[in-house]
Amino acid sequence: MSAPSTAAANPQASNLASTSAAPVASTPLLSVQGLGVEFRTRRGVARVLDDVGFELRRGQTLGVVGESGCGKSVTALAAMRLISQPPGRITAGRVFFDGRDLLSLPEAEMRRVRGNRISMIFQEPMTSLNPAYTVGDQIAEAVRLHEGLSTADSTARAVQMLEAVGIPAAAQRVHEYPHQFSGGMRQRVMIAMALACKPDVLIADEPTTALDVTVQAQIFDLIAELRESTGTAVMLITHDMGAIAEMADSVVVMYAGRIVETGDVRDILGSPLHPYTRGLIACSPGRRTVAPGELLEEIPGTVPSLLERGAGCLFADRCARVMQKCRQKLPATTALPGRRQVACWLYEGSEA
Amino acid sequence: MTTDTLLSVRDLKVHFPVGGGLFGTRQMVKAVDGVSFDVKRGSIFGIVGESGSGKSTTALAVMRLVKITAGTVRLGEAEIGHLKGEALRRERRRFQMVFQDPYASLNPRKRAGDAILDALNLMDVGEPASRPDRARELFLQTGLRPEQLQLFPHQFSGGQRQRIVLARALAARPELVVCDEPVSALDVAIQAQMLNLMMRLQREFGLTYLFISHDLGVVRHLCGEVAVMYLGRIVEQAPREALFERPLHPYTRALWSAAPSFDPDARSRKDRIRLQGDPPSPLKVPQGCRFAGRCPFAQDLCRTKEPALLEVAPGHQIACHRVGDEGQVMYPN
Repeated sequence: MSAPSTAAANPQASNLASTSAAPVASTPLLSVQGLGVEFRTRRGVARVLDDVGFELRRGQTLGVVGESGCGKSVTALAAMRLISQPPGRITAGRVFFDGRDLLSLPEAEMRRVRGNRISMIFQEPMTSLNPAYTVGDQIAEAVRLHEGLSTADSTARAVQMLEAVGIPAAAQRVHEYPHQFSGGMRQRVMIAMALACKPDVLIADEPTTALDVTVQAQIFDLIAELRESTGTAVMLITHDMGAIAEMADSVVVMYAGRIVETGDVRDILGSPLHPYTRGLIACSPGRRTVAPGELLEEIPGTVPSLLERGAGCLFADRCARVMQKCRQKLPATTALPGRRQVACWLYEGSEA
Repeated sequence: MTTDTLLSVRDLKVHFPVGGGLFGTRQMVKAVDGVSFDVKRGSIFGIVGESGSGKSTTALAVMRLVKITAGTVRLGEAEIGHLKGEALRRERRRFQMVFQDPYASLNPRKRAGDAILDALNLMDVGEPASRPDRARELFLQTGLRPEQLQLFPHQFSGGQRQRIVLARALAARPELVVCDEPVSALDVAIQAQMLNLMMRLQREFGLTYLFISHDLGVVRHLCGEVAVMYLGRIVEQAPREALFERPLHPYTRALWSAAPSFDPDARSRKDRIRLQGDPPSPLKVPQGCRFAGRCPFAQDLCRTKEPALLEVAPGHQIACHRVGDEGQVMYPN
């Protein structure tokens, strides 16, 4: 949503160009610009991502929030070039990392980035770990491949990583198999694996959704600690505004494949602008401001099918403040003070 | 809301044997190990706890879907804990269940309407000729459209499927609905729709819910009274306000402080209790207080003697050596 030179992807993006003038001192580590992804299905082409752009800075946690089907995970997968093509296709955009566009790297070079400079953890650790290899082998593999360490050295690194993520008796447990670990411990193993090569960017896709709250708190603490000590930038994908409040510095709110609002976490939670962001916060029952037993505010309906997109705002059918204009034209993104952006006709003309 | 007790569970135990095949020794998993609570008619009673705390097994035992090792379950005047065969089947219309996974709770080869009709036929609800009308009525009450009765489960979204499951549970006009994580598999916006629907139906029909969840936000929102379970036992139970505003058990406090606060400025709060490790296995229940191994305030007594669940304020029960009999907290705050 903040990108020079994405005009080709979407003419509306051009009005963002001037607003992303960040201080030169903190050039973004990862800059996604005008990213578009389509999937071919039997029933037509689904536009899964449309003009998605954001920046991630060193040592920062960017929270990406939205319901299922809003394109959060696809954004991460597309940036890592893990979309299977076909049926998927990256139709537009660039992903700048370290001065290079990842989308135009040869596959061999990309493999050197993946798991090494940028790594990823997923929601379900059991399906991401190979049950037939010890956790030590799986952690060591990445180090051997990317850093060319010997078996002994890479195993030593695996032990060191297991210790770093708080697994007791790491020297023994490195020789155990995934089924011998509990859910929380497996997610720690995943994190150890992801961080073994000291990546610049860690993408965490719903890393705690399957875990108990107490274990979730441990994993969040761990990610925060590792971020502090290594300066790794974190992209946290979640549907949970509570997790955003716990972890994120800045927030991207996605709806139906588009970014509808971005800003600092305090601004987003304290004064959400987009009706979708407001709805997401209002319908979370854990907040102190909701009177127990009262009906929650609802966002009616569901995320629309991406196959049949009308001309207007994709949220219009569920929006409490919908206007006639919303059904006719996709809202332009309005840039507001404090690096805040919102794509909603309610804020038209209130530019910074 | 009346104040009479609908569900009364006394000293419920559910033990499962594990192992004991050709190799290895037979052991007992004490999934539920002496649980007592009362649920008032027309109220929502919540049970929270981590995985392995025994909260789902308690729900299944109340539903008579697992074998009860010991204890009684009374529903109104009837003792249902030891009913068998046809007598149990006839009572079943009084208590129904909604499970977590709406994908697994519906037969994929059966139309939604038939799933409801089956329940009506099985429970012998009303005249056979009136049952299709009742199915339509249930669909409308749960926010579905009558023409959707003809569709198969895969043609519905997850939220809609959970509505079908709820409609089916309500088919026989039960008094008690046991809900095991009914909204955990749903997206946040859909979850709010479902919670609102459940609250409306509860009020409209005077339903009683036994609501099992690991989500403290949801429980706080929905349940008038809440029990916290740990390793097969209730460690604290209180009305919502008391339990959330003034939790006494270190475990309850730890759970609360692990829950996201929705306030970015609360992140670095120093008063957060962080639990180390996972809950111990119910195969090896420790001696003394079950929580002692993870409790930052445990003393010698805690490791040798199991604390009893005592009432320290009206309706507020707690099992902790380090809380006095008038609810004074004797560990560092």
